[in-house]
Amino acid sequence: MNVTATIERGAATAPVNPPEGEKLRARRPGGFLTSSNGKKAIMAVTGAVMVIFLITHMLGNLKIFAGRESFNDYAHALRTLLEPMAPYRALLTILEVVLVVSVVLHMWAAISLSRRAAAARPVKYAARRKSQANGYATHIMRFGGITIALFVVWHLLDLTFGVVNPKGFDSTPADRMIAGFDPSRWYVTLLYVVAVALVGLHLRHGIWSAFQTLGVANRDRNKALRPVAALVSAALVVGFLAPPLAITFGVVQ
Amino acid sequence: MNLTLKVWRQSGRKDRGRMVTYRVEDVSPDMSFLEMLDVLNERLILEGDDPIAFDHDCREGICGMCGMVINGVAHGEQVATTTCQLHMRHFEDGATITIEPWRAAPFPVIKDLVVDRSAFDRIIQAGGFVSVPAGSAPDAHSVPVRKEDADAAFDAATCIGCGACVAACPNGSASLFTAAKITHLSLLPQGQPERLTRAKAMVDQMDAEGFGGCTNTGECTAVCPKGIPLDTIARMNSDYLKANAK
Repeated sequence: MNVTATIERGAATAPVNPPEGEKLRARRPGGFLTSSNGKKAIMAVTGAVMVIFLITHMLGNLKIFAGRESFNDYAHALRTLLEPMAPYRALLTILEVVLVVSVVLHMWAAISLSRRAAAARPVKYAARRKSQANGYATHIMRFGGITIALFVVWHLLDLTFGVVNPKGFDSTPADRMIAGFDPSRWYVTLLYVVAVALVGLHLRHGIWSAFQTLGVANRDRNKALRPVAALVSAALVVGFLAPPLAITFGVVQ
Repeated sequence: MNLTLKVWRQSGRKDRGRMVTYRVEDVSPDMSFLEMLDVLNERLILEGDDPIAFDHDCREGICGMCGMVINGVAHGEQVATTTCQLHMRHFEDGATITIEPWRAAPFPVIKDLVVDRSAFDRIIQAGGFVSVPAGSAPDAHSVPVRKEDADAAFDAATCIGCGACVAACPNGSASLFTAAKITHLSLLPQGQPERLTRAKAMVDQMDAEGFGGCTNTGECTAVCPKGIPLDTIARMNSDYLKANAK
């Protein structure tokens, strides 16, 4: 009797071509900036610019605890940086342009990567998925980013342009700040608390993520990088919330 | 044990697919997850029904075939194991278990729980190799490798290409797989000559296949049956940035 066993399995040398009937998905790779890693690098670098801005912004805000004069002097000093070598507001304008470009690029890269991610999973899972890793803060970066962007619009209308501020545009920065967080406007303070908390969550993941994206993170450095990211985020939240809360609760008048 | 299974059934690439509910009775807690499906399939065959198609080969956790998302977690909730190493004693009697294929556009469903992972092969073809004369194995110590590098390269080399990282990633990214392959080769002397061209070619291929970008959530590492660490992705990013700076 002739016994032959046939084991059906692919040979190790089987060609790995796109499946039959399916058109070649592979597109020609574009340049660095169109690659997903390139866009991530843009997000990391522009994010770093924004974090540096936030740190100086937060430190500047704390001047309100030294009195209205001190706060207004600081605001004035920002506009007269490098004077008389450069004209009034010259350096500040340059910094503002850098910041706006960073914000725009960060948003462009985020939207582009979100669309890529959505396209990569056209069919969703039926089962509710539980985070197996670092919790939900890392999963709400996009939601957080949109919320923070909307908050920034309100924030500029409130304290920069005075449109939604009781003191209006023709007032000192300290007047706008103190009137803006008046106890009667507690809901504004509440909005700031929620928004700044979201900024904190965004940064806790974002700061570490930037190091990872730029290839700086590794197992040993993570022992320092993760706590540093958490610490910087926490310091920013506390520093940003101290002035509005102090004003709303009447500590600063 | 008596279980209710909600299984993704899809007759072929063109079929839209749907979840189908099955009752499985008298399941032994000592069965592996795949053996439990075998029992169900035997019954389906006897009843003249189409058995549930799922990939499997070695059934000892090293081939990377048996990919399925169990209750929303790739390879099930047991840490650092493949589906074949998951046993029914980890489930409660009377439980309802949802079983789905890997969900990613670059992994089209062939049938039921079987997906086409050729995209991974094409990423490897793009640069996951070293162009050195192969021949017989070199003498040990003929090329010195630091112990730390050898260990890290070996950790990365344990990747079995199962695709759980893609399935678990909220972005459908293949970064952990690609990074494991890049790290495995870029830590060893033999991998140095092609180190940067490899990173660029493999990452570009990953993009071309339609995988998403990495947002460093770490979901991939958490479900990886081999526990490939997330810092392999940092190494891939570093090599890719250097390759583009040239």
